[in-house]
Amino acid sequence: MTRILRLTLNGRARADAVADNLLLIDYLRDAARLTSVKQGCDGGECGACLVLVDGSPRPACITLAAQCEGAKVETLEGLSGPGGALSPLQRAFHERLGAQCGFCTPGMVVSATALLRKTKRPDEGAIRAALEGNLCRCTGYVKIIDAVQTAAAEMAADQTAEAAG
Amino acid sequence: MNAPARTATRAAGTRTPLVDGIEKVTGRARFTADLAGDAAVARILRSPVAHGVIRRIDTTAAEALPGVLAVVTGADCAHPFGVLPIAMNEYPMARDRVRYRGEPVAAVAAVDAATAARALKAIELQIDPLPAYFTATEARAPDAVLLHDDKPGNVEREVHHVFGDPDAGLAEADLVRTATFTCAEINHAQMEPHAAVAEWVPGREELIFHSVTQVPFYTHKHLARCLEMDPAKIRLVKPFVGGGFGSRTETLNFEIIAGLLARRTGGRVALVLSREETLISHRGRPETEVTLALGMRADGRLTACKAEVVMRGGAYAGYGIVTILYAGALLHGLYDLPNIRYDGYRVYANLPPCGAMRGHGTVDVRHAFETLVDRMAHELDLDPFTVRRANLLEAPLFTPNGLMVNSYGLPDCLDRVEAASGWKERRGKLGPGRGLGMACSHYVSGAAKPVHWTGEPHAVVALRLDFDGAVTALTGAPEIGQGSSTMVAISVADTLGIDVGRVRVVCGDSATVPKDNGAYSSRITFMVGNAAIGAARNLRTELAQAAAAKLEADPADIDCAGEVFSVRGSAQSQLTWAEVVAAALAVDGPITVKGSFTTPEKAQGGGHRGGAVGSTMGFSYAAQVVEATVDVDLGRITVDRVWVALDCGFAINPLAVEGQIEGSVWMGMGQALMEETRYAEGLPLHASLLEYRVPTIADSPPIEVHIVESVDPLGPFGAKEAGEGALSGFPPALAAAVADAIGLDMDALPLSPDRVLEALVAKRRAAQRAKRREDA
Ligand code: FES
Ligand code: FES
Repeated sequence: MTRILRLTLNGRARADAVADNLLLIDYLRDAARLTSVKQGCDGGECGACLVLVDGSPRPACITLAAQCEGAKVETLEGLSGPGGALSPLQRAFHERLGAQCGFCTPGMVVSATALLRKTKRPDEGAIRAALEGNLCRCTGYVKIIDAVQTAAAEMAADQTAEAAG
Repeated sequence: MNAPARTATRAAGTRTPLVDGIEKVTGRARFTADLAGDAAVARILRSPVAHGVIRRIDTTAAEALPGVLAVVTGADCAHPFGVLPIAMNEYPMARDRVRYRGEPVAAVAAVDAATAARALKAIELQIDPLPAYFTATEARAPDAVLLHDDKPGNVEREVHHVFGDPDAGLAEADLVRTATFTCAEINHAQMEPHAAVAEWVPGREELIFHSVTQVPFYTHKHLARCLEMDPAKIRLVKPFVGGGFGSRTETLNFEIIAGLLARRTGGRVALVLSREETLISHRGRPETEVTLALGMRADGRLTACKAEVVMRGGAYAGYGIVTILYAGALLHGLYDLPNIRYDGYRVYANLPPCGAMRGHGTVDVRHAFETLVDRMAHELDLDPFTVRRANLLEAPLFTPNGLMVNSYGLPDCLDRVEAASGWKERRGKLGPGRGLGMACSHYVSGAAKPVHWTGEPHAVVALRLDFDGAVTALTGAPEIGQGSSTMVAISVADTLGIDVGRVRVVCGDSATVPKDNGAYSSRITFMVGNAAIGAARNLRTELAQAAAAKLEADPADIDCAGEVFSVRGSAQSQLTWAEVVAAALAVDGPITVKGSFTTPEKAQGGGHRGGAVGSTMGFSYAAQVVEATVDVDLGRITVDRVWVALDCGFAINPLAVEGQIEGSVWMGMGQALMEETRYAEGLPLHASLLEYRVPTIADSPPIEVHIVESVDPLGPFGAKEAGEGALSGFPPALAAAVADAIGLDMDALPLSPDRVLEALVAKRRAAQRAKRREDA
């Protein structure tokens, strides 16, 4: 069976005919051509495919596209700022070498974005807990933690500056 | 060559984010599977049997299915391939005989995944089973069926090397100890599953091939060979690659299969392997048994070493000969140890082929060596640091097996981690269940003799300068996340005195870049870095001439720093980069120069058989301290903290060097704590990331990195490798920490909870037995 799926994808409304059993990852990669959503495992084990569905990280490889009816879906492509400016997390992952090969990076930045939207200044334990479902084989996670902390500090400083201004 | 002084205006030595990093954090980076688009979907049919004779493959029904575009089998490729020219014994799809469960026997391309899956089911396959062997011991039994007829005893290669007089050395020792260590087979588990996107261009009969490879040039070669094509008709493109660690250091069967299918369909084919198939493609570190005897004097001085190493290599040759040679060769080069005997056996078994994995050949042997040294230090009541310091080398030197050592930062590494970890003050005072352990390690900066010897330089970098004023660096060095393109950009920018951002690095497309042997044996920084500097010097010469003509000075007196040209010693006349580029281009149009690097003859190892393996221009050296806590009820080890120091000669990009050291120490931790492949009658039981457990962020400790710079005389800016040397120190440092924490000596890797509990029970029983004997 196919149906019309309506959702908001990276801030834009979309409608697509999708099969009932179409996985969200295949919808995002093949129909929407959002190839930041990576397939790193055979289902639910690595976090490379994480996307935000109504703000919460979800593995797109074990989510049906149809489950996202009416939802707000965000992928890494949608997390940059106005004019494509790097978000603080993107910039920190780049500048602090949170990404080596970059294959886990989309899922990492998605998880970390969800964390920083909830928790302004997470401690190291909170970062570890939030990213536990994201495997990385390159970094040993050291610079990933550093990147998240750097971004959190920068965002907090910006807010203070805004409040003061 | 002298290392540059670290200054704000020098690119070399400055922490530099990766030049291809923006793509990775924005999602614009395209990896191979991202290029599939509307390509036909390819799938592989794999053998359900571990060893057997193929009686029949019938593809008629599969070919007749609507939507099936092509079916290929072993009959479509009669050329064996393999990374070593002397040991090519693998076909992209089995012909006549299958030798491991999961070996490809046929493949299909279809309009979609569902049709491809149906086509696989429709292939009729009949295999008569043969006896199969899953351990090295079974495979070496006298009556075992041979996997390969030309290899009696199922031994792919035996190595027997004796240097000095090991027997006399042991006789001189105050303490001789022997132990056998068993290290589980492990896999790279790089995060990106294998994939190839192949496009046949009908009419021109050309193949455009995208793959996840670390060795585009080898894959190019093997595609041409197996498809019987003129290499000029193949274009090999390496897109972004999601990690390697050795998993893609040789051409893999799926790559050739994708090429065969593309040609058969006359179009684009995407072959994206599942995680399970990626794990079965394997090429990981073999299960290895190391029996080691060491002699030590009362002051900690090592007198001799005898090592016997048996590796279960899997069903095909792969890198096997190199692996078993590395295991012996790198017993040398870390300590001053003149008497070494090495006996190595690489054995075939009916399992997926092993290959090269980070720290190739050296990790399990180093684990055994350092662990036994630690135990002997304990017995002799010596501090483990004291023992290491009693056995240091003095560079420059050649080791007994002919390896060249020009720089040796191990003493500094020892001092740095000893101080940083608070070793002297804290060891033995951490409380119950907690301990500190240390170990040392080293690794080559590029194999001095390439696998495919052609007589060409080891590396070539070309530079182009045109009207836009950008410097384009063309390199075949495959960027796979390790930062090689950034290293090239820095080396060029530093040599020219320009911004890193002015250098545009193009890598990984055979249509534009010079050939490069690939990303393996930590060769790129040393070889490609030197070639990049050479190319930049040649460009600098041309620019200096143009600048000198304008400034009416001697070209030898022209300096360029911060993109400004000036005459040395004169504060007056200066020219901008744009002015000098315009003047230089006016001479003869756009400029193309190149630089190359060839390893010196004396770096190429000893004259004995197999003596080229292990030979290199320089070794990285590392020391590390691991702090761990052991829960004796659960057998669970927690790594609390790691201090590591690595001598990389000179850190061209300290940010990337740190990242490489952290990643390699952490990968050693995975092997030490939890990673292992497991098979039931050849069936992989570890074929997912749940079963093949790698450490999560929650399992991973803080790693404090210290960079030591010994400034190698031949290295680019003095640099050596940084991405492998620290790995093999982790497992023995952890074993030592466990021994320190709970007095338990472990002879097997990984130190998983079941093994820890087993060892604790065995120890308790042994103590009870000893007590009963005493009582009686
Ligand atoms: S691809 Fe979704 S969790 Fe691995
Ligand atoms: S950066 Fe390579 S897997 Fe994380």
